[in-house]
Amino acid sequence: MRLTGADIVMECMLEQGVDTVFGYPGGSILNIYDSLYRYSDKIRHILTAHEEGAAHAADGYARSSGKCGVVFATSGPGATNLVTGIATAYMDSVPMVAVTCNVSTNLLGKDSFQEIDIVGITMPITKHNFLVKRAEDIAPAIRRAFAIARSGRPGPVLVDITKDATAEFVEFETELPQPLKKTMESDAKAVKTVLKFLEKSKKPLIYAGGGVISANATEELKQFQALMDCPIALSVMGLGGFPADHPDCCGMIGMHGTMATALAVKDCDLLIAIGARFSDRVTCDETTFARDAKILHFDADRAEVGKNIRVDGSLIGDAKTILGMLNEKLSQQEHAKWKKQVADWKQEYPVESPKIAALTPKFILETLHELTHGDAFICTDVGQHQMWTAQFYGFDYPRHFISSGGLGTMGFGLGAAIGTQIAHPDQTVINITGDGCFHMNMNELSTAATYNLPILEIVMNNQVLGMVRQWQRIFYDKRFSATVLNKKTDYDTVAKGLGANGVTVRTEQEFRRAVVRALEDRTTPTVINCVINPDEIVLPMVPGGQPIEDAILDVK
Amino acid sequence: MTKAHVLSILVENHAGVLSRVSGLFSRRMYNIDSLSVGVTENPDVSRMTVVVHADDETLEQIRNQLSKLVNVISITELKKDSAVLREHVLVKVSAKDRVGVMQICDIYRASIVDLTVETMTAELTGAPGKISAFISLMEQYEVKDLVRTGMTGLARG
Repeated sequence: MRLTGADIVMECMLEQGVDTVFGYPGGSILNIYDSLYRYSDKIRHILTAHEEGAAHAADGYARSSGKCGVVFATSGPGATNLVTGIATAYMDSVPMVAVTCNVSTNLLGKDSFQEIDIVGITMPITKHNFLVKRAEDIAPAIRRAFAIARSGRPGPVLVDITKDATAEFVEFETELPQPLKKTMESDAKAVKTVLKFLEKSKKPLIYAGGGVISANATEELKQFQALMDCPIALSVMGLGGFPADHPDCCGMIGMHGTMATALAVKDCDLLIAIGARFSDRVTCDETTFARDAKILHFDADRAEVGKNIRVDGSLIGDAKTILGMLNEKLSQQEHAKWKKQVADWKQEYPVESPKIAALTPKFILETLHELTHGDAFICTDVGQHQMWTAQFYGFDYPRHFISSGGLGTMGFGLGAAIGTQIAHPDQTVINITGDGCFHMNMNELSTAATYNLPILEIVMNNQVLGMVRQWQRIFYDKRFSATVLNKKTDYDTVAKGLGANGVTVRTEQEFRRAVVRALEDRTTPTVINCVINPDEIVLPMVPGGQPIEDAILDVK
Repeated sequence: MTKAHVLSILVENHAGVLSRVSGLFSRRMYNIDSLSVGVTENPDVSRMTVVVHADDETLEQIRNQLSKLVNVISITELKKDSAVLREHVLVKVSAKDRVGVMQICDIYRASIVDLTVETMTAELTGAPGKISAFISLMEQYEVKDLVRTGMTGLARG
């Protein structure tokens, strides 16, 4: 059949099973929005307040559902507003396809109105990108974009289409996507080496990351851990990939990880990294990290092996395939004594937060866990509230902790919560934010209200940029440069003004009551402005570049 | 220990591929000595020859990162003893001492490709060491302009 380029974009979305896109229209993308109008019974478009919100929503949709997120934006500023969202998805390996339209081919390269080289701009933050100037090239580019975004180590792909190509008629034939092949690239010799390390180790430690979650390998990881009979630590991206309440789970690893994990890293004789990348926030100091241990690295991306740390053995492939294979070959190990040692450390160094005010972050998160039975989708922004969430909510299920781990994007959470709620309309979705982050992208509250999304927005309001202030307090002699906010914002009024419910709470009782009430409302977002103390800090904390076991446990 | 490695990279001949490859090198702090690119016998495919300075681990990283670029078809390292490696130079010097210049060109089998009253331009193709030696000799004749293509090469056999 003969279709316009814009209709071909719609048909390609349907081929890929896409029924929801996030976006914002504009001049260059008019033809695509005209097609969307006619395809609106098959493809639902969520109009955000800002393109950045749309990109984060597509990201949250993808992280929480495992599907590929899709975002549309126009040329120029529409496209550049996606950049932070695309970079966030890139750093956390989230499958996403961004479709932007550019000015017509004859106007390209002439600094035309709303023209920008978005392909050039997004080259370092996409797995790949395309500039499409002819209608017949649209379908192949979009099909390839989805295949690239989903395969191997997932990530964002951008397709920029000129306006004239979206108007042109060409012949189109439906072509369904090939099923994804999950494979392992490593040979029998590498497997043998790995098995030898696994079976020889006396004190093994598993360090699991986001690769376990994106490969849906949670069950395989549980089996593997049971066979290895050893403690397991999780990166921020790995939270939920293994139940936090499992007795062998020693919690988070890295700068704000548990002391038990830090000591286990120092003491282990084998570190098994699965779908994780030894980021600087995990190793803290790569020269002393796991210095007495052999290191095994299982990852979908060969380029991650040896990038940040030397390793002694590796397997390349998707975590589900690798762990499934190992679980068949591995004999039952037994490390009761070592596990007891790590459990003792857990007892000795609990993650604590002294009660210094009527309402504390720890109470907020533990109460949320209790009232949501621990199975809510929790999105976060970035900073202290993000680390408290990671430490205290206790994630038992994969894809339930939606947070910008790699890029550390303030303003990510609300957009991500919108995408998460769209993907899971009947579930509880909570965004935990701070007063700094709230002011970055609070405009998206209007989106949540318009679409009747009952997102619960918890603002941990300490009147300061808490994480930066924490660094200033510890390392900059309390020179609080530009971190005191003291905004005059009336949160309740802002919430109401944007169509949400708003309530400010100062005590535990008020907080509990407000949450119970908000969770009953299934049509309106609620902002709970929680007044907390500016001196709350995140501990433990490893000073940058220091050995992981030299964590600060107390600050005067 | 870092040393020079010659990578021969086959890429799809698309707009923007050069910028993808060079962007990757600068972004990841890999040191490029030279980069040359041209189309192959297949018009859809270009060959890039990149000389990088790296230790073994970094070289492995470079290969792995390059492999992730969708437009990269293959990467091979060209080793001195199993490849023909060549570079081309054009050097323009003062024509005051034509005989002296021509003597050096004779010895190096370089040819004079342009001559004016003021200047003469010599060209030479050879292994990079030979090119460097030739240039250092030409320096006594007041080098006005100089261009080297950067190394390119093919595996033997």
